[in-house]
Amino acid sequence: MPISHEGFLGHKGYRYLKLAIGLSIFAIIVYALADVNSRPNGGTWLGYTLGTISALLIVWLMMLGMRKRAITAGNWSLKGWTSAHVYLGSSLLVLATLHTGFQFGLNVHTLAYGLMVFVILSGFVGIYYYATVPRKMSDNRAHRTQSDMLEAIRALNRELNEAAQPLDQKYLGDVKTAIRKTKIKPGLFTSIHDIQKRCATTRASKRLRKAIANADDGMRQPLEHVVSILERKAALLMRTRKHIRNKTLLQLWLYFHVPMSFALLAALMAHIVSVFFYW
Amino acid sequence: MGKLLEKVKIAIVGSGPAGLSAAGRAAARGLSHVLLEKTSHLSDTIFKYQRGKYIMSTPDQLPLRSDIAFEAGSRESIIDRWDVDAADLKTNVKLNSDVIAIEGHEGEFTLTLASGEIIAAEYVILAVGVQGNPNKLKNPGTDQPWVQYQLDDPKEYYDENVIVIGGGDAGIENALGLANPEQGNVVTLLQRSDGFPRSKEANVQALYAARDAGQLDFITEASLIRIEQGGSGESLWVAVVDTKDGEARLPCDRIIARLGAAPPRKFVEAAGVEFTGPDREAFPVLTPRYESTVPGLYIIGALAGFPLIKHCMNQGHDVVEFISGNTDLQPPDTPLLEELFKAAPQKRSVEEWLEHIRSRVDVLTDVSPLQMREFLLASTIHYKKSGDLVVKRNDIGSSVFAIVDGSVAVEVDAKDKRKTVPIAGGNIFGELGLISGRRRTATVRAAEPTMLLEIPRNATLKLMASVPGVKRRMERISTERQVGQIFGQLLPRKAIDEILDGAELLHFKAGEALINEGERSTDIYIIRSGSVVVEKHIGGKDVFLSYVLAGNYVGEMALFYEGLRTATVRAAIKSDVVRLPGAIFERLLSENPDLYKSVEGLVADRRKLNDYIEAKREGFSSVVDMHTSVARFLLEEQGLSEATDALVIDETLCVGCDNCEKACADVHEGISRLDREAGNSYAFIHVPTSCRHCEHPHCMTDCPPDAIHRGPDGEVFIDDKCIGCGNCQRYCPYGVIQMEAVPPKKPSLLSWLAFGIGPGPGQPDKDWIDDHRKGNEKPPKQAVKCDMCSGIKGGPACVRACPTGAAMRISPDDYLSLAGEGSE
Repeated sequence: MPISHEGFLGHKGYRYLKLAIGLSIFAIIVYALADVNSRPNGGTWLGYTLGTISALLIVWLMMLGMRKRAITAGNWSLKGWTSAHVYLGSSLLVLATLHTGFQFGLNVHTLAYGLMVFVILSGFVGIYYYATVPRKMSDNRAHRTQSDMLEAIRALNRELNEAAQPLDQKYLGDVKTAIRKTKIKPGLFTSIHDIQKRCATTRASKRLRKAIANADDGMRQPLEHVVSILERKAALLMRTRKHIRNKTLLQLWLYFHVPMSFALLAALMAHIVSVFFYW
Repeated sequence: MGKLLEKVKIAIVGSGPAGLSAAGRAAARGLSHVLLEKTSHLSDTIFKYQRGKYIMSTPDQLPLRSDIAFEAGSRESIIDRWDVDAADLKTNVKLNSDVIAIEGHEGEFTLTLASGEIIAAEYVILAVGVQGNPNKLKNPGTDQPWVQYQLDDPKEYYDENVIVIGGGDAGIENALGLANPEQGNVVTLLQRSDGFPRSKEANVQALYAARDAGQLDFITEASLIRIEQGGSGESLWVAVVDTKDGEARLPCDRIIARLGAAPPRKFVEAAGVEFTGPDREAFPVLTPRYESTVPGLYIIGALAGFPLIKHCMNQGHDVVEFISGNTDLQPPDTPLLEELFKAAPQKRSVEEWLEHIRSRVDVLTDVSPLQMREFLLASTIHYKKSGDLVVKRNDIGSSVFAIVDGSVAVEVDAKDKRKTVPIAGGNIFGELGLISGRRRTATVRAAEPTMLLEIPRNATLKLMASVPGVKRRMERISTERQVGQIFGQLLPRKAIDEILDGAELLHFKAGEALINEGERSTDIYIIRSGSVVVEKHIGGKDVFLSYVLAGNYVGEMALFYEGLRTATVRAAIKSDVVRLPGAIFERLLSENPDLYKSVEGLVADRRKLNDYIEAKREGFSSVVDMHTSVARFLLEEQGLSEATDALVIDETLCVGCDNCEKACADVHEGISRLDREAGNSYAFIHVPTSCRHCEHPHCMTDCPPDAIHRGPDGEVFIDDKCIGCGNCQRYCPYGVIQMEAVPPKKPSLLSWLAFGIGPGPGQPDKDWIDDHRKGNEKPPKQAVKCDMCSGIKGGPACVRACPTGAAMRISPDDYLSLAGEGSE
């Protein structure tokens, strides 16, 4: 790419990746060398230190949501924040795990830990999508905006409605169904391919194509015309559905990542309060 | 000798607004007079306006001084009113009296009519206008009977392909008249320049409105090449038109050319009157009282260079006052001009000042005192003490300065203030500002007590458009300065003159080559307008090297490669280029080894790049292919060749969160100035709909309140003076300007985060805005566009707010040249 620059992962020559790795290695070394009297856990000096760092880090990571929306003046870059968020967030996997001293149980402490791991893993999913989907989305949408696509589908529907007027009642009904019953949104759990197959537009297009073979000379031409519009619409629907699917993939993980972060924050508070109460 | 018909004090030739007004004044004063009109009715030019045409009374601030009434209205109402006034004042009108010769001198003029009759007069007022002598097309094929230079009644034409040539008021009005949807005409207007600088504001707006309504089309920067037969195999006629984007063929049944008119020079010169210069459009030499070089013969109206009705009528009134001895009468604009010279150290009358400025400033040599008055009203006069700052390097400014008295010093070295080059009195400077909204290239201070005339860009362009001599002189000066820039201040005066005499202005269409690789030639090209692309043929492909904007030069390298062209240079868009003869340079350099050395140093950077590419030419890989195709996409398709700073999105990183848009809206009163999703992409580079801050901003072409400026950081912005007319939106070819009203204030971000109050970050949706407007409050819509977040610390919010680093702002010359890659 001739216009070269860094994305959020490579921000400033991987500055935050280096920081996160450094922090983790340092924590592991200290953990290994630290001479704590009992077995390692959150209650030792090292445990407190790691816990405090982790808790502050979690609060700071959640501030990304504020930073993203409060466009204040100053030399900050959201890209830098995202980069730090990704790498320092990942380093929690090391810091917080060391903080537990590998003691797990059915309690609020492990709940907080579990939520944290879930949040981080959902973040990894997000990074995966961020790294792979934009390219696909750009290819698929080919300069069109979503509203362009929807408008083009509406235009094809109008064209269909007009072109289908000379057809027999039976086929006219198929076309009307294709206009009325075509659902554009792909839904979450079906493959685009299957949706495309089941779509009213595809079905109408198939039936009318079959009808062309048996049609008399007067009917053949209008039928062919309608089928060609239906096929254009089906292709456009495919593109639109892929676009919506791509957009969904880029956002869906956030619906887990963000609420679970708040759940984590709650659990974290419960964890901290309970630790100090039952000391 | 014919029969003496009448003996009068004043004979007035031509019954247009000027002549009629003069006759009216003469009648009111009880002077013996005769008004001679060639045709069978008064005021033939107005009479021939198309039926129902609305006539405006610009300039509005100028008071009307005439016995004949005039206010804006339809052609018919004005003609009727004039007939009535002429009769009421008992003017002595002779219709069907075509004057074919004027002889004699003050007190003893004889006017010969076509009928052979003679009129004797003490004074003659010539007010024949210029419409009798329209400029004609000279292109091949234009001798057809349906190529016409006048349009009486647009309603006569139905279902025709009509091409109107000329975007002056006449052309625009004809096009609008023909484009009436009921008549079914397909109307296309061709305009030579970019925009419509010489036309009335209201006409231009009506033209754009008609285009937006699909009633007609117009092409700017277009000119006719020829008319030929051969549309789709039939004997249809097509007009072959040169446009910015190449040649176009338009079907045509009728051509209406409105190319202005020139004074009927032969007739006027035969009476002994001298003109300001040899150009076809030059005007007669006149005193401030409209007296020509023949004493007693006065010239007013369009023939004197004044196309506006109100000017003409005032002149008609005034000239009769002058003749009858009222020499103290001042033109209506005199108080305004007196104000301009109020602070002058010397006391001079307005006339003396005008003549002083004209005779001092070289480029104004051909400007008539009457034209001087007009553009001075738009100008400013500065009085500077020795050492006072005039312009500062890197300031944005587009006005031109003329040194009336004194002189200035240009600081040629930014690091060393003591290194200066003088510009003597009578010269101009700042003319680079005409090429674009470019930064000032050097600091200029007054070298002694100095009087400067500052002429705004628009007034200068208008002056250049109406006085060819000004244009010629301005162009020569720009070329001279450019030569100075290429060769430092090294060339002797004699050589510079020699080069300038050999300079030639050439026009190139988009894609045409100025220079072909492998040719032998040492001509140097200065790009006056447009831009060019430099390409090199490597491994069977044209590799993009760099692009060069107006105001720069190409071709000097061949002097150091034995005259061999090492790259091809093509016009990226339609460009005007000055060619300087290479033979002179070759001779100068070979005569003078010191000069050779210094010039070689000046062009060292470009040479380095060239040598680098030569060295690497074997190893050029697909990376370079990619570079070339991406460069072409950005420059040629996306119009970034005229950008100075553009938002570009890397689509491999963009997750479509629209945070750029939201951030933009949140730092700018709630309206986003960019549309991320819209716009084209190539090789995962997406150019969203957002301002590129063009080198020559199209939006600035015609802003009535002059509300669009270039700011200190190079940003093009719109200030509060915006009246919401939408001109800029129509001129912008990239669709980045919206007309929007400021939405109501949103609740704070915290209350949205915590309680969900308000619409959240970004531009609120329409429903929310409608619901939250107070009462019947309807704020005015104003033009909204990117201002590069000028004044906000941290810079453009769109880039700062991008979470993945997809959004970036680029300036094309940083990225689109191999020089960058070579240095990596």
